[in-house]
Amino acid sequence: MLGKLNWSAIPIDQPIPLFAAGLVLVIILAVLAWAGIKGYYPYIWREWITSVDHKRIGVMYVLLAMVMLLRGGTDAIMMRAQQAIAYHSGGYLPPQHYDQIFSAHGTIMIFFMGMPFVIGLMNLIVPLQLGVRDVAFPTLNSVGFWLTATGALLINISLVVGEFARTGWLPYPPLSELRYSPGVGVDYYLWSLEISGIGTLVAGINLVTTVLKLRTRGMTYLRMPMFCWTTLASNLLIIAAFPILTATLTMLVLDRYAGFHFFTNEAGGNLMMFVNLIWAWGHPEVYILVLPAFGIFSEVVATFSSKPLFGYRSMVMATMAICIISFCVWLHHFFTMGAGPDVNAVFGIASMIIAVPTGVKIYNWLFTMYGGRLRFETPMLWSVGFMVTFTIGGLTGVLLAVPPADFVLHNSLFLVAHFHNVIIGGVLFGAFAGYTYWFPKAFGFRLHEGLGKTAFWFTFTGFWVTFVPLYAAGLLGMTRRLQHYDVAEWRPWMIAAGIGTILLTIGIVFQILQLAVSIRHREELRDATGDPWDGRSLEWATSSPPPVFNFAITPDVHGEDAYWLIKSHAKQQQITDHEEREYKDIEMPRNSPTGFVCAFFATVMGFALIWHIWWMVVLGGIGAFATFIAFAWRDHDEYLIPAAEVARVDRANLAERRAAMSLVGSAP
Amino acid sequence: MNLFDPQGPVAAADSTILIDSVAIMLAIVIPTIIAILAFAYYFRSSNPRAFYSPDFAYSGRIELVVWAIPTLTIILLGGVAWIGSHQLDPRAPVEGTGSPVRIQAVSLDWKWLFIYPDQGIATLNSMTIPVGAPIHLELTSGSVMSAFFIPQLASMIYTMNGMVTRLNMRADQEGTFKGVASQFSGDGFPDMMFDVHVISPLDFPNWVAKAAKTDRVLNADSFRQLSRPSVETVNATFRLEDPRLFEDLATHKIPPAPGPEVTTDAAESYIGAPNVR
Repeated sequence: MLGKLNWSAIPIDQPIPLFAAGLVLVIILAVLAWAGIKGYYPYIWREWITSVDHKRIGVMYVLLAMVMLLRGGTDAIMMRAQQAIAYHSGGYLPPQHYDQIFSAHGTIMIFFMGMPFVIGLMNLIVPLQLGVRDVAFPTLNSVGFWLTATGALLINISLVVGEFARTGWLPYPPLSELRYSPGVGVDYYLWSLEISGIGTLVAGINLVTTVLKLRTRGMTYLRMPMFCWTTLASNLLIIAAFPILTATLTMLVLDRYAGFHFFTNEAGGNLMMFVNLIWAWGHPEVYILVLPAFGIFSEVVATFSSKPLFGYRSMVMATMAICIISFCVWLHHFFTMGAGPDVNAVFGIASMIIAVPTGVKIYNWLFTMYGGRLRFETPMLWSVGFMVTFTIGGLTGVLLAVPPADFVLHNSLFLVAHFHNVIIGGVLFGAFAGYTYWFPKAFGFRLHEGLGKTAFWFTFTGFWVTFVPLYAAGLLGMTRRLQHYDVAEWRPWMIAAGIGTILLTIGIVFQILQLAVSIRHREELRDATGDPWDGRSLEWATSSPPPVFNFAITPDVHGEDAYWLIKSHAKQQQITDHEEREYKDIEMPRNSPTGFVCAFFATVMGFALIWHIWWMVVLGGIGAFATFIAFAWRDHDEYLIPAAEVARVDRANLAERRAAMSLVGSAP
Repeated sequence: MNLFDPQGPVAAADSTILIDSVAIMLAIVIPTIIAILAFAYYFRSSNPRAFYSPDFAYSGRIELVVWAIPTLTIILLGGVAWIGSHQLDPRAPVEGTGSPVRIQAVSLDWKWLFIYPDQGIATLNSMTIPVGAPIHLELTSGSVMSAFFIPQLASMIYTMNGMVTRLNMRADQEGTFKGVASQFSGDGFPDMMFDVHVISPLDFPNWVAKAAKTDRVLNADSFRQLSRPSVETVNATFRLEDPRLFEDLATHKIPPAPGPEVTTDAAESYIGAPNVR
């Protein structure tokens, strides 16, 4: 009846996951109860769960990412604590638990923290920057988000029901084959990524179509803000790379479920085929994450330097170059497989070539600051912190691309320190910069500056205190993923890294505090102008938060930095007031529960597949399919906002903006 | 295990390339970081002496320089990578004095088996080699993928079931060095460290003779026993009864290890080795 599932799947004898899961469950129930008592359910259902508004979906993506950051961060704290303790002892985590934690940490941080964070910010901002009212496929967008949430949910269910993979964040066969990993851990990994991978793919298709097809009048390709360019590049990579991931994982699924031999030891299977395929996705993946972050830094550095981005065309070229070359370098993840020197050298040099456009980007940000008037508000701090951190990360990355150096550094803590250097220093700093930069746009009030800066300094310092020791340990020959060790010279570095983790944790606590304090004091932090940072691109041309239709009248674009041009034109012409506008009716897509219902059935199906509950698999599959059919049969997919209502909303926003501006103007 | 304290030519060359590459890159990275911090500080909005050029967004000369600097660096480093990859190819033989020693290394769950086919012996979790002699290693895996690495002596190389990888090295100092498995391979993975004893070439025949005086033999049967998942703390030695054992394993005449026993209970199905700490 329930396949492999029975009561012994609940780890009663393991207090740590049980306690953690209990705590999470209590928090979720408390939130649900609180929302129920306050009567928020209809609001949440109407305005969020079924919403197809790109801004709402973007916010939900970012929220998911932040919750998962806490989960993945907890894993990180546990790992660093284990390695600080486990010298000549077993530490406090048995191997089967420790192995799950590092696997979950990597999987969650890449797929359910990094990806949703950047996809959320792209969703939120790109249509605004393009001056349009919505994305190309609003309902598909919602489906993509909810399928990602399904994957996150399945991984977190594995905390209490069964186990998670103990194979690392990329489950190399044959260890991940049924013979060597007979438990359900790898199945949790496979199904959550199969499902969320489809979600990511549709998000990519949606954003590429949006950038290519929906731009406002005059928004030619070479007038698009840099963030739109990096969005385009990153999502092209998603479309090209994620099918490889899905196909590779499907092959492993067939091995595990249907007795195939793609990657097994025997019957002609070849594990290196998996390793090649997974990195053919995996290397573009790191650029999928970091390119949007590069876009965010381009926006932030230009805005807070009060200058246009230096070398815009160079930047576009560099972005597209990275997009293409990133597909030609995957082999540098396994120089040590014993391929010949020609193969290693070619892929090593190809990997180094990526450092050229990346280096150009660093210099272009540098010269954007040159001759500027730099305002060091929180997003700018993250950006300068990134430039310093990422340069070092780039150095160690190019070093690892030199095959003989990789022969002694591969799979070591040096490698671990390198990719955290670029992913924390690049993606996470970028995500935080984007979060503080665009928060006022999404919610209409700023985040608390002082707390944000404190969070930055703790995170920045904590990063170096954590990862410099890991670089050092790697140079002392320490391999990654060790549950315990007996080498005395590694010990002090592990303790130092543990201390760094404490600083990073304090940084996160300040971020949470910042959000809480800002929500409490939102009236004082209110941004009535819609343009709190003196921005340059079109998202600042509308109110904060933008109305559901984004722009009452879609703007005309006459050059790069579209909104900056509008503002300086207004200043030159001494235009203090907007001319009376001519409003028209606006058609907007209707809300739809398709995404949520479909993801519900996908969750049921995924869970059933993991536990071999076949009747439930059929049920979930039919449910998800039927949802699509029902959606395809709909008659009304849009509703009309009458011109009068548009005019009312827009006039109110303009009046508020005018009042705020004159207040600023009268200040001494 | 310090990478900067190499005890053989391969490790020494690897670490030299590592240091050289870092030095080449630091030559541009340090000025870049200084420029970032200096620009950020000097052009702060509260600095009245700093000039403001709000429209400065393009300069052909600067563009040329910013594309040229990383390009030139990469051309230089690319040369290092090309030459280094060829000179330090793990399959390339290493010069040495005395007769070469052939060793066949097998990664198992979770221990290392070292077969000396010419000497007719095998050792577990400990490898003994004569100083100065060229060492030819052939490597494979008895179960899942692993990686063989002696930080102070040799490059890292994967071990894969049904495949043979090759590695050459030489030790220039007597002493005991640590080797590790550097690819995660399951619960007992941290205990896959092994000792490398480098002894004088005069002592090596004595060591072989002593090792051969064991009552444990290595053949297909005892190999099967050995390949079960376990952690071994005793460094056993064996007499090699079946000189083609390694080839048989690499060609699947000896099947790969069975992996943990599957119990009916899914959640309990993981089998951590009982003696894993």
